[in-house]
Amino acid sequence: MSLAQLPLLEQFLLLQAALVLFLSFGLLSQTRLLAAIHAFAWQGALIAAVTLTVAIAGHSHHLYFSALLTLVLKAMLIPWMLHRLVRRLALERHTETLSHPALVSMVAVALVIFSYWVVVPIVAEELTFTRNIVAVSLAVVLIGLLMLVARQQAVAQVLGFMSMENGLFLAAVSATAGMPLVVELGVAFDVLVAMVLFGVFFFQIRDSIDSLDVDRLNRLTETEEETA
Amino acid sequence: MSALILTLLLPLVGALLLAFVTSVRWAGWLNLGIAVLTLTTALWLGWEVAEHEVIAGLHFRVDAFNVYLVVLTAFVGLTTAIFSRPYMRHVCANARVTPAGMRIYHSMYQTFMLTMLVALTTDNLGVLWVAVEGATLATVLLVSLYRTPEAVEAAWKYFILCGVGIALALFGTVLTYFAAQQVLADPTEGLTWSVLHAHAAALDPTVMRIAFVFLLVGYGTKVGLVPMHQWLPDAHSEGPTPMSAVLSGLLLNVALYAVVRLKMLVDGSLAATDTPHLAGALLMGFGLISFLVAGLFLHRQRDIKRMFSYSSIEHMGLMTFAFGLGGPLATFGALLHMLVHSLTKSAIFVTVGHAAHIAGTQSIDRIRGLIRTQPAVGWSLLLGVVAIAGFPPFGVFASEFLLLTATIQTQPWLSAALLGGLAVACAGLFRHVQPMVYGTPPEGQQPVEANMLPVMVHLGLVLWLGLAIPALLAGWLDRATGLIAGSHLL
Repeated sequence: MSLAQLPLLEQFLLLQAALVLFLSFGLLSQTRLLAAIHAFAWQGALIAAVTLTVAIAGHSHHLYFSALLTLVLKAMLIPWMLHRLVRRLALERHTETLSHPALVSMVAVALVIFSYWVVVPIVAEELTFTRNIVAVSLAVVLIGLLMLVARQQAVAQVLGFMSMENGLFLAAVSATAGMPLVVELGVAFDVLVAMVLFGVFFFQIRDSIDSLDVDRLNRLTETEEETA
Repeated sequence: MSALILTLLLPLVGALLLAFVTSVRWAGWLNLGIAVLTLTTALWLGWEVAEHEVIAGLHFRVDAFNVYLVVLTAFVGLTTAIFSRPYMRHVCANARVTPAGMRIYHSMYQTFMLTMLVALTTDNLGVLWVAVEGATLATVLLVSLYRTPEAVEAAWKYFILCGVGIALALFGTVLTYFAAQQVLADPTEGLTWSVLHAHAAALDPTVMRIAFVFLLVGYGTKVGLVPMHQWLPDAHSEGPTPMSAVLSGLLLNVALYAVVRLKMLVDGSLAATDTPHLAGALLMGFGLISFLVAGLFLHRQRDIKRMFSYSSIEHMGLMTFAFGLGGPLATFGALLHMLVHSLTKSAIFVTVGHAAHIAGTQSIDRIRGLIRTQPAVGWSLLLGVVAIAGFPPFGVFASEFLLLTATIQTQPWLSAALLGGLAVACAGLFRHVQPMVYGTPPEGQQPVEANMLPVMVHLGLVLWLGLAIPALLAGWLDRATGLIAGSHLL
């Protein structure tokens, strides 16, 4: 079954999911911190839109709530907190040069292909839609992971971490029509607490190495030198 | 049911109260008091489970498998609280931690206990995930408590690695939920473990196979399986010692518990396919690699806490291997090993905390002659290491012997790797411990005020378990074996 034969609703969801993936690529290659935070906020808003679409289509009340939750948390609160932290750390003009931008993008493309390869075994005919959406969300998760590896700046790493969570939300909402409410609230709470703790750590890291370039956190290694 | 509610409520109340107690003295006592009450209710819960087999309701479920871990968690929580009270006052008096830091410490200690108990008792895979992630969040500030550059680095590494790992586990959970929705009449029950277990045979094996890989990598990060173990030695060596004791003794166990619960689901789903033992094989592979690699890394450690954290990785690898092997004998051995490793390792970390205070450093090269400076600490360290290295008559010997027997029965050619690994690890431990215990103490090394009661109780219990397992406990373990492996041992 080709994608064009899917119901319009599912095509619309896939379009939104594709935009989420596109923003992941944007996040990955965006070197200006503030612009990256904005891209992240848009990604959160898109996830909320996906949730809303599923909610309207399925008349499911708890999904309206979770769409609202996602919008407030992912598109407003966390970007706002990051914005504030960046301003307090005086990093507004901070740009970071990726050491191998082309290579990183190619790896990201490879990850998307890998994600599709992973979900290929889910062959059942009627699952074309699910297969695509699971592959796209897995790709978003993996690109978030790549961002953690490729970026050296702590704030950018947190963005990668949070966009991984976005990928998970996307999978939960579109493939399974939302997790039970208890779980969703718990996950949202964990993400929020994690964000607060990340904020605390930015200051601790800056106090300890005078920068947020976490590549300089390299005191703990296995090849012990013991200079003292 | 009320015992369960109380067991969960006590640490919650404790965490909230301790956030506001400014006096370090009182906070230590209050922390201890709550730990005593938690252990009491946990024992009550154990008694209830012994009577009713299973207690379930409100998204919670306690059966033979998790009840003994609940009691163990509450027990280690209590003995570590006994140790932590004077230890942290000593640390605070040396101005390594601010009073505000002490408030965070005590509050997060109880929050950590809460997340451990919730993760163990919940019947909902989503709540399990939330609790395990909560445990990371509760402990990450404690790892950086001393605010040294090393501590901050360790905490950041811990945060990022465990955060990423656990995110992958959530992806696996979502996939499991997806598989469940295809077969369950009421899709909202798709994360309830007991329902999933009842319908395990109907779950789509392809989806479950993919899900398990994510779940294993995710929760395996928390277990400390190689190659996702990088956070573990750092977090253990840089955090305060009571934290190392509970991380090693409890957190790793709980993560392994999650893996085993999920393996039970996947085994049910894959039973009819051509790869029925896929989950077991994965566990065996990861477990054996962790066991061997950590044994080798033991040799080149310079930091005493780092060394024992590698020993934890080694033992977690052994247990993972045993659960992967399956069968009643290996499962019984692994369950027993979870228990004795937890008791021994937390005793060792408590002793190491005192040893580091005596020498004023964590560097192995500069800790010398403990047995002459303070015999109680020296002997405890020696006996603890004898126990953890698997010498009779301690309990670790008993469980490792069972595991080895099971390996010889089912996979004879792997027993060589197992024996070799045990020998390498034993040598690695003793080459470092021998000079620390027997060497010549540096000039002016003074004994410190040390409460060795927790250590003695733990080692006494491990000795007891090595000589004779009480019938009640053997019954618990045997029923848990029945749940996991499908048939009883005794």
